[in-house]
Order: sequence, then structure tokens, then C-alpha cells
Amino acid sequence: MTNVKNTHDVHLSKAVERIEPSGIRRFFDLASSMDNIISLGVGEPDYTTPWNVREASIHSLEKGLTSYTANAGLLELREAISVYMESRFQTAYDPEEEIIVTVGASEGLDIALRAVVDPGDEILVVEPCFVSYAPLVSLAGGVPIPVPTSMENNFQVNVEAIKERLTPKTKAIMLSFPNNPTGAVMGREELAKVAALVQEHDLVVFSDEIYAELSYDEEHVSTAALDGMWERTILISGFSKSFAMTGWRVGYVCAPAVYARAMLKIHQYAMMCASTMAQYAALEAMKNGRADMEEMVASYRQRRNYFVKSLREAGLSCHSPGGAFYAFPSIRSTGLTSEEFAEKLLIEQRVAVVPGHVFGDGGEGHVRCSYAASMKQLEEAVDRIAAFVKNYQN
Amino acid sequence: MTEKERELLLLIEKEGRMSAEKLAKMLDLQLNEIKQMLHQLESRNVILGYSAIIDWTKAVGTEIVTAMIDVKVTPQRGRGFDEVAERIYRFNEVKACYLMSGTYDLSVVIEGRTMSEIANFVSEKLSTLESVISTTTHFRLKQYKHDGIIFVDEDGADPRIVVSP
Ligand SMILES: Cc1ncc(COP(=O)(O)O)c(C=O)c1O
Repeated sequence: MTNVKNTHDVHLSKAVERIEPSGIRRFFDLASSMDNIISLGVGEPDYTTPWNVREASIHSLEKGLTSYTANAGLLELREAISVYMESRFQTAYDPEEEIIVTVGASEGLDIALRAVVDPGDEILVVEPCFVSYAPLVSLAGGVPIPVPTSMENNFQVNVEAIKERLTPKTKAIMLSFPNNPTGAVMGREELAKVAALVQEHDLVVFSDEIYAELSYDEEHVSTAALDGMWERTILISGFSKSFAMTGWRVGYVCAPAVYARAMLKIHQYAMMCASTMAQYAALEAMKNGRADMEEMVASYRQRRNYFVKSLREAGLSCHSPGGAFYAFPSIRSTGLTSEEFAEKLLIEQRVAVVPGHVFGDGGEGHVRCSYAASMKQLEEAVDRIAAFVKNYQN
Repeated sequence: MTEKERELLLLIEKEGRMSAEKLAKMLDLQLNEIKQMLHQLESRNVILGYSAIIDWTKAVGTEIVTAMIDVKVTPQRGRGFDEVAERIYRFNEVKACYLMSGTYDLSVVIEGRTMSEIANFVSEKLSTLESVISTTTHFRLKQYKHDGIIFVDEDGADPRIVVSP
């Protein structure tokens, strides 16, 4: 590599300088430098996209469907999403005005925040949470205000904790259930308490429901389906998790038309539209994907049961995660920090988990273990974790 | 049939050797509940047996030949196809036997060590049965998928990156 001398001053935006690279990055670098590890550090399904979905995309290529679609996405796909949302989660959205197909839920989160946040606005972010939330709030000019949750409370959002953090600048709250990394779900009653507060203070809700289908003990309750919430909710979801389609980069946002129109402006200039081939795949997933999805969900549930029980037997206390595919055990009994635990476990036993603090301060004292791995890998991982914990616990 | 029974069956259909302990954990049941459930399903003949799926092409020196035979028969008064079907499926060489709709009546799967062994079976045992009108023998050349299991070697490597959000 030649070293080109920089002949001009570097000009970076303050917003981008303010944010840190993801804490996951460091751990990824460490883990990928090692061989023969069992990874429970992966935030995606261990399935390949079901064949009929892949095949539909191949077919779209064969037919030469390779041009842009409408900015908001194929109307047929939006219609299918509309039917799906109403039949599965009792939240009705007009496919023409209230649904936008995005480049993953990731883009959905970005355009939702950018459409709502003004510089200086405070956005409550329930933690621990998906690593992108706080940085995306900052990039949109807002100030992320963490609202902690804890294992003692099953990682449910506590209304008092929200109240304490409300200021005149508070504009919105970010909710995500079932949750990454805790696997927590919110029941109707608990959610209704949050909803009442949200209405009282006239907040917008960003509700990331990408794990909605992966809810194992009870039916998922959508924030937008609660009384008085549809008007103020921007719902973000996608195909990555429930249909095993992470690499396709296709997701969607659903929101009242005023919000959808605003988001569409950003999406139209920044993205034009989501990938056409991926949209055809997503359409097939919506139309004929249920059986495969249900089979995957059943299998995650079995693995959740197995894995969480085994973690407890190994001596780690762990709440029962009702959804997603993560367990978030406490590792306090080992006397190690999350970072130390994850690093030592990786080096001594070759099992990769993610230290909890990368998901926000509330995650310290925990590690995230994804059970989207084969039973064989899980069994081996559990044995190794048990041996490790025994070493540190006495 | 309860939901848990169904779930148990689906699991052991895929992998019959799973230990009762593991099944109990996966289905969130007590060990004795699983044992009892298995016992009941066995005694009700819902579970008929436990077997392994083997790729014989890889077990050196044990190659077997499989043929699928379409059989046309004359049904018998009173017993329809059942009587002739029984006379066929009782043979040890017959691994499977189905009554079919369409251009022929019975579909019979035969296994043997050599092609001539199968040819002999067809010409001497099967075709000579009185109600058998005709047979068409198809030899199986390659097994891609059997009972839901894909036989083509796929590299089992996990393509996912080791740590992701
Ligand atoms: C809570 C949550 N939201 C959004 C995403 C991103 O999903 P997508 O692949 O659709 O961009 C993830 C992925 O890990 C996630 O865990």
C-alpha cells in the first residue's frame, strides 16, 4: 500500500464524529481471528431462505424484471403486507398511502427517525436494545435518552422509568418487542400502561416489530393495535428474521399517511426503491411463506426451551425470553464483567457470545446468546459454557 | 392427539435417536411425561419403529439396487386390490407397496443386491401371480432426496459471519 499524503484538511460532520463504531465490531474482529469456534453471537436465523422464495426471485430475474419499482415498492407487495398486517396483528394500513417497502428494517428505522426528529429533540430509547437505535437518533440530530430495563422486571418497560426521563424536549419513544438482545415481550396490559403515558404526553412511538412472528408463549401484540395508538405509531418491520431473509435487505414501514408521505420523501431521494429482485422474493414470502415460517418458529421455540433450561443448569440465571432468538443470561455470579466473560469464554472455550453492554448500559452484567444455531452446536456450547462457569463461580 | 404429541412425533421423525432428556427440555415437559408419551404412542402403534436413514452408496461393498415397479392387476371380487397387494407386500424383497390412482394400480419398491436378482423376482414371483396383468420396472439410478432427507453432499459450513447485530 502506498501512503498518500493527505493534502487537505479532513472535514467530517459533527454528527458522524459524535457516534462511535458499534461495540459489536470489536468483538467481531476478535472472534473472526480465531478458528473452530461455536458462534452464539449471530443476530440472524441459521436457516437459508426457504426455496420457494429463492426460486421466485430467480424467476423474476429470468423474466427480466430488473428495473426500478414504484418508490414505495411494488404495489402488489404493499397490498400483501397490508393484508398480512391486518390478519396477523389487527393493524390495518392502506397499501397506497401508508406502507413503504424499505431496504431492510434498518432503512425503515432511519427514515422514520429522520422524518420525525428535529435537532435537539429527545428520543427515549428503551435499553438494552438493537445497536442501531441511539446512533440513528444522533445522526438524525436528536438526543437519545436511555430508559433502562432490568432482568428483575423481565426487561419490561417501566412506566415510572419513562416518566422520570420526560422533559419538554421529549418527542418520541423507541420500543422493540420481542426484543433484541433480551428476548423480552410486552403483553397487552403492560403495553397499555406505556400507551396511556405516551398519549398523555403526546409522543410519537417508533415500534420495531421485526421479531413479531417469533413470539413463543403468547400472540404478539402490536403497539399500533392498541386504542389510540395507531395515529401516533410508526411501525417498522421486515422479512429478515421471520422469513430467514437477512441478506435480501427488504423490510417495510407502516404509518399514518402524514408520516408515510414524509418518510417517502427521504426514501425516494436516498434509495429510489428497494431492490426489485428482493421485492419479488418478499412477495412470495408473503403469499406462500407461512408454512415454512411456522416450522422455523416451532424449531426456535424448542431450541429456546432447551437452551434456557440448560443455561440455568449450567449455573447462569436467565429470565425466560418470550420471543426473538436470544437468551440474555446474567453473568454476575462469575464476578466478571460482560466484556471479560465474553472474551474469556471465547479464548478458553471457543464459544462466541456478545457482551451485553454493547446494547446499552443496562446490558452490563449480561451476555447475548443467540440460539439460532443447530441443536448439535447448542449442546456443545452449553457443555462448554457450563465448564467455564464452574471455573469462575466457586 | 395433543399439540405436544404432534410436536414430539415431528421431532423424532426427523431424528429418532434423540434422548428422552433432550426431548423433555425441548418440549418443556418433565422427563417422565415424555417417557410416558413415547410409550403410549408406541403401544397405540402410532410410532411403528425407529430406523436410521443410510446412504448405502457410501458404505463400501454394500451397494444395493432399487427398482420401482408399476403393476397392473385385476381386482378380486369382494376384496378389491387388498388380496393381491398382500401377496406382493409379504415378500421380503418388497420395501414398499402402494395402491395408486392412474395408469397402473400398485407401485412396488424392490431392493436387491444385483439387477438380475430383481429381474428374477419380477419374472418369477411378481408376473406369475394370477391377477397381475403387467409390470413395468424402473431402476433407480441415483438418490437425490429420500423421506425428506437430501442425499447430495452439501458442505455444512455456516455462511454467517461470526458475530452480527
Ligand atoms: C430489533 C432489530 N431491528 C432491526 C434489525 C435490522 O433488520 P433488517 O435486516 O431488516 O435491516 C435487526 C437486526 O438485527 C434487529 O435486531
